[in-house]
Amino acid sequence: MAVIRDVMPAFQLLQPTSIADAQKLLENQGHEAMVLAGGMDAFDWLKDRIRKPRAVVDLSGVEEMRGIRALSDGLEIGAITTLTEVVNHPVVTEHYGLLAQAASLVASPQIRNQGTLGGNVSQDTRCWYYRAGWPCYRAGGNICYADTPVGRNREHAILHAERCVAVNASDTAPALIALDAKFVIRTPQGERVVNAEDYFLGPEIDITRMNILKPGDLLTSIRIPSTWADAQFFFEKICDRNVWDFPLLNIASAIKLSADAIQDVRISVNAAAARPLRLKAVEDAVRGRARDASTGEMAGKLAVQGAAPLQFNAYKIPLMRNLVKRSITGVKEASWA
Amino acid sequence: MGIVQWATSPLGQHVPIHIAWFLIWVAVIAAMAFLIVHAIYMRFFAKEKEFATDPKSFDAAQLPARVPRHSLTARLFHWVMAASMLALLFTAFLPKVGVQFDWVEYHWIAGTLLTLSILFHIVHASFFMDFWSIWPDRTDMRDAWNRVQRFFGQSAPPPRKFSKYPLENKLYHGAVMLTGLAVVITGIFMMFRVRTIFFPRNPYLFGDMTWGLMYVLHGLAGVGFITLIIVHIYFAVRPEKLPITAGMLVGTMSREFYLKEHDPSRWSIKSLNQPQRGSVDGD
Repeated sequence: MAVIRDVMPAFQLLQPTSIADAQKLLENQGHEAMVLAGGMDAFDWLKDRIRKPRAVVDLSGVEEMRGIRALSDGLEIGAITTLTEVVNHPVVTEHYGLLAQAASLVASPQIRNQGTLGGNVSQDTRCWYYRAGWPCYRAGGNICYADTPVGRNREHAILHAERCVAVNASDTAPALIALDAKFVIRTPQGERVVNAEDYFLGPEIDITRMNILKPGDLLTSIRIPSTWADAQFFFEKICDRNVWDFPLLNIASAIKLSADAIQDVRISVNAAAARPLRLKAVEDAVRGRARDASTGEMAGKLAVQGAAPLQFNAYKIPLMRNLVKRSITGVKEASWA
Repeated sequence: MGIVQWATSPLGQHVPIHIAWFLIWVAVIAAMAFLIVHAIYMRFFAKEKEFATDPKSFDAAQLPARVPRHSLTARLFHWVMAASMLALLFTAFLPKVGVQFDWVEYHWIAGTLLTLSILFHIVHASFFMDFWSIWPDRTDMRDAWNRVQRFFGQSAPPPRKFSKYPLENKLYHGAVMLTGLAVVITGIFMMFRVRTIFFPRNPYLFGDMTWGLMYVLHGLAGVGFITLIIVHIYFAVRPEKLPITAGMLVGTMSREFYLKEHDPSRWSIKSLNQPQRGSVDGD
């Protein structure tokens, strides 16, 4: 258990300066390597001495992975670009405000200055049983301590729980899914580009991983196509505190209107399951309908179908229903009639 | 490198959590090694089977051309069990070797099917089949000892022909029965750890140590089945065993094969002159 804090275990620090070198180092070290970007997730593991990697691959010197570049069809954001840079970038703010808003709500200014976009989407779950080093399913064991009659599971999953009930805590992930972003991954076999929603894994597929990265793989950048630039965006994060907290739920939507009807839409919710969920059924149901309260009501009900609450998180069902409703109508709670 | 993975429970107890997954490859390699050694032995060293001549006369003409061996019910059980067993193995171990998919639901459904088929088999074999035909008897033991002595070049009388099942078949059935009971019993309890349609989840049914031992036993039996099933399939496709394999498909074997390998006094078939009712002696 985590009784010795702040004294990291010894490891070999590897500091590549190119993507190729970084990927090769990760490949060579295999399971024994840990990736260090902003360190907002990695240092917890190290200082709690829960993970004791043989090598830490520090990406801070890989300049290719930093910065925001314009593409002919959108933007490319390096994986180690800080969240503050994303929030303040004029093109992101002007055309992809959904991402800027989501990134601006991550934790605190200090953490956004240090935390990276790649790290935010790739962070491990915050389930405290798992992070305390208990031998749960996600840690390779045979039990979920959160899914027991007395487990503290107020923050845990209401959808797609499969043995493990931990949730993904990223704020930027649903925004990137709503923007139809592509994740660029360097693997031992070469470059691979996947849709944002396909980057994440649920426990039904692999209970020990939150995303598709395997040992030797490296998320290098995130591309945002211009398809959804300047659409009507909605992002809302519900958390216990207004600063420095993980979401109890968050939601991102991008809507294109034609007259008063919803021409096209993408909606994604996070912290409801172990991976951010794209609500395709809801998107299909609201497409072509008026953007009003009744459509939002219907969408909210549809979104929570199949939700299975745990002992202490039933509140998430009405919360998600209302968030989906608001994400369709674009009206936040304070101004809701 | 142990065969069991251990962890420290929240109460500080050192508990097993499951088998070490390299045992999957140990099971595969063990089966392949057996196959290779056996195939080489059969190809280059094995002698023609010799059986003791039966002093009692037997009128082969009274036998039907196709000797009944397995009833339709017995065959259906076998193939349902085989399908569920393969589904269990694939859903259990493919994710462990890198083929990721949503396996848990398929696994417990296949496990339920296996459990039901085994329950059916126990009742069917106990009350509607020749229950003792699959268990080794004294003749099997004596003949096995004679075969071992003859293998090592010592003088011993040739063994008698087989009853309905050769001793190897009976021993294999025993191994499958024990391994099967281990996976089924532990598997039923393990279903309390996941959401199924049968009973409410109850992860506190046992303590951490008991759960851990259950996972270990389930895992050991599971990897044991990898070896057992590979060996079973190998024998099923060996040329000299094909008539037996075909018997599990069509229910019968040829009169010639029956007379060559089986002892009519140990596995009697109702003759053609006897009335049809009850004449099918195959299970």
